[in-house]
Amino acid sequence: MNFVVPDFYPAAAEIFVAVMALVIMLASTFARSVARNLAYLLTQATLIVAAFITIFTMEGEVVHTFSNLFISDLLGDVLKLMIYFSTAIALLYGRGYLADRKIDKPEYYLLALLMTLGMMVMVTANHMLPMYIGLEMMSLALYTMVAFDRDSARSTEAAMKYFVLGALASGLLLYGMSMVYGATGTLEFSGVAQALYNQTANQTVLMFGLVFLVAGICFKLGVVPFHMWVPDVYQGAPTAVTLVIATAPKLAAFAMAVRLLIWALFDIAEEWQMMLILVAAASIVLGNLAAIAQQNIKRMLAYSGISHMGFMLLGLLAGVVEGDRHFALNAYSSAMFYAISYVIMSLASFGMLILLSRAGFEAENIDDFKGLNKRSSWYALMMLFVMFSMAGVPFFIGFFAKLSVLQAVVAAGYFWLAVLAVVMSVIGAFYYLRVVKVMYFDDPIDASPIHAAPEVRVMLSANGLAIAALGLAPQALMSLCAFALLRSL
Amino acid sequence: MTDIPLLSLAIWVPIIGGLLVLATGSDRNAPLARMLALAVAVAGFVVTIPLYTGFDVGTSAMQFVELQSWVPRFNINYHLGVDGISVLFVLLNAFITIIVVAAGWQVIQNKVAQYMAAFLIMSGLMNGIFSALDAVLFYVFFEASLIPLYLIIGIWGGANRVYAAIKFFLYTLFGSLLMLIALLYLFMQSGGSFSILDWHQLPLPIEPQILIFLAFLVAFGVKVPMWPVHTWLPDAHVEAPTGGSVVLAAIALKLGAYGFLRFSLPIVPDAANELAPLVITLSLIAVVYIGFVALVQADMKKLVAYSSISHMGFVTLGFFMFNKLGVEGALVQMISHGFVSGAMFLCIGVLYDRLHSRQIADYGGVVHTMPKFAAFFMLFTMANSGLPATSGFVGEFMVVLGAVQYNFWIGFVAATTLILGAAYSLWMYKRVVFGKVANPHVAELEDINGREFAFLAVLAVCVLAMGLYPFPFTEVMHASVNELLRHVAVSKL
Repeated sequence: MNFVVPDFYPAAAEIFVAVMALVIMLASTFARSVARNLAYLLTQATLIVAAFITIFTMEGEVVHTFSNLFISDLLGDVLKLMIYFSTAIALLYGRGYLADRKIDKPEYYLLALLMTLGMMVMVTANHMLPMYIGLEMMSLALYTMVAFDRDSARSTEAAMKYFVLGALASGLLLYGMSMVYGATGTLEFSGVAQALYNQTANQTVLMFGLVFLVAGICFKLGVVPFHMWVPDVYQGAPTAVTLVIATAPKLAAFAMAVRLLIWALFDIAEEWQMMLILVAAASIVLGNLAAIAQQNIKRMLAYSGISHMGFMLLGLLAGVVEGDRHFALNAYSSAMFYAISYVIMSLASFGMLILLSRAGFEAENIDDFKGLNKRSSWYALMMLFVMFSMAGVPFFIGFFAKLSVLQAVVAAGYFWLAVLAVVMSVIGAFYYLRVVKVMYFDDPIDASPIHAAPEVRVMLSANGLAIAALGLAPQALMSLCAFALLRSL
Repeated sequence: MTDIPLLSLAIWVPIIGGLLVLATGSDRNAPLARMLALAVAVAGFVVTIPLYTGFDVGTSAMQFVELQSWVPRFNINYHLGVDGISVLFVLLNAFITIIVVAAGWQVIQNKVAQYMAAFLIMSGLMNGIFSALDAVLFYVFFEASLIPLYLIIGIWGGANRVYAAIKFFLYTLFGSLLMLIALLYLFMQSGGSFSILDWHQLPLPIEPQILIFLAFLVAFGVKVPMWPVHTWLPDAHVEAPTGGSVVLAAIALKLGAYGFLRFSLPIVPDAANELAPLVITLSLIAVVYIGFVALVQADMKKLVAYSSISHMGFVTLGFFMFNKLGVEGALVQMISHGFVSGAMFLCIGVLYDRLHSRQIADYGGVVHTMPKFAAFFMLFTMANSGLPATSGFVGEFMVVLGAVQYNFWIGFVAATTLILGAAYSLWMYKRVVFGKVANPHVAELEDINGREFAFLAVLAVCVLAMGLYPFPFTEVMHASVNELLRHVAVSKL
């Protein structure tokens, strides 16, 4: 038997990040005195270089390698770029926060890089096993990062909850994968799709497998009824870590949903769409209603995140209507646009929390935003952008995100779902408005000036302005999503 | 026609100017912010003048059209244009902005730059609403204009401002989101077009027409506001600063009514005919019931707010008479109400600035200490009650005539507003202005200064001019109204 050397070229970025993770591990062991800064800078450099590698190895056509375990396509490349981008920004925001709490150890950056690698593997998996390996790699790194403030009971508790529930979800996912294997005889996405197309699969086993797969995906997205962990973990984790959890992993989970449900199980789309309808409707309702009652802004954003992921699912569930696949591209690209928009908004919202925190003070209650307009009208304006964008008010990117998924839902004929979604958006607007209210209408409790590193200020301003700019000119990002999906299908 | 993109200028001059004002920053630079804001407001008005002078009254087609692709992914265009229905509102809006900036000159001492900027940006957004010919563009401006008004009420408003601001925002957001679904449905049905003008030609079965009409009714009905979704307005008015009330009454309420003419009637004419009795009933309730509610108010601002609802009920009534007198009368009423209600709120603002009370009971005998003010207030009160020779009379009389043409009894009920309007307006005026000097505070009142005199005088001239010679206003709208009515009469089934 001959050993065929696989084509490493499409996986250059993954290999580079893996090598750099080892380099950082070694470097921070040997250069202890400068380890923190070195690890941070090397991580950022790795992410930037990986972005360039991804851009230069982009092929515009679908390439398989490693015996079809790995796929390189435009969808994966775009999502990977967004993942580097949001991880890099999240680390930039979080650095000062971690330093103030004396937990900016080199291991943190190492874990962040391993998490990124896990997400990259998820995004480029063409087979359920690498998908699972990537997922575990991301999740294990995240569990550890949540527990990174090891002297804090809340942080440890959150990590424990996250780990136990996450392990359970991984188990469900694996079980689902094994059933799909039982039904179709393969774990490769295109093989599964082929088996479904030929109708050789055992329908009963397949359906059971599908339920478990959807449950696993829903857990990772953090949607009802698998959302229990979200508020506790968001609140318990150090804000810098919450920022990481709330951003890039959502894109990875989106990729997982797309690969599993669309690449592999598209032929039974109407089955999983039924499940997603329930999940999306429940998430939008529960997320928005529960967010109203929150005083802790991290919890509020957690519930708002649940509802945003529900909205994102609206795009995924509108692809096939009564066997008609005409709308699929439109619907899936609107979901992708929503996911990316959410990540951009989420970065800015948690970035604002970090901006307001300082050594010995956690900004985590809505009241901590009181009178921000008097303390710093510029950052109040940025937060205003974020909040109105999340509420879906134009001229911000959140409006076009909502418009595109609603358009997909209406095109698919689910009017009741669209009406439910907009009614819940009005309820959702209430808690976003409350943040604007405390910033602009109330007097500050704590009049100390904003304390943050210059790069955080610059980046946060850029992030806020990007929310407005993308709202004025959403076309580029929208067509990028549509184009990436079109070229990858 | 010129090649200058006048409508874009009308939209973006105030918005960019508003951002510049915002950039002046803290209250140390307040005088600069005020001067800059006034300059921007005047510039914003000047660029709209050619819209009127260059307007071709002979055609019902859209004029000053600008068309550029904005979001090709959903075929959304930056498509602007005005016809005889919308052009006057652009001018009114730009004009009122100057008044508002002048009215806030001394009163607002806190966060001046933000205050002025919010009004200027809102003015630009509202011009966008009146001139958008693309449904998403319309929607974007419609929604975005909520943000500055929310902040204006919430930051510079009265004691209960937070409640009022949030109520205002959520009510209008609810209405407009339902409209968004209707817009998306129309987008699908028209095969992927958001052009309002395309939708005017789109045939639709009756069931979807009815649902779309109801979605529009909620969106625009909240904004007008129509009974029974009017309850946000008195709260918002009472809590808003004077400038906020003026803009709210003079311009923001017109957005809903304008929406009926641009969307409901031409896009779903059969449903409009079918459901006209519903709208007429709601309008008559607004006219009569809200008129009585206004009568018993103890707070001047609340009284004028209820009077606004009653007057706007007249406007929606006029639209759904489907005859020329009704629709044109309603349009005249809208413009007139813009001047009159704006002036009423300014008058109340003048009193409030001096005494910090809006309660009618705290006043009495103002005429003895503020004779010049009393004269202006008299004129505007008369106009509010629809006295002939003021602008208030023209619109009301046309709508009553139109209503009588449609059905005598509807006209009869509508005409009671002339009595009710006179009753609440004049009774309030009597209690505030006449009689003995009620208390020592009134005795110390100073009469209006030059700045206040200037803006009240300008509005007085407008009110009288429009009352005596309405032709320049009605002339502009004839062709477009005729076309609209012809269009509504043709079934789209």
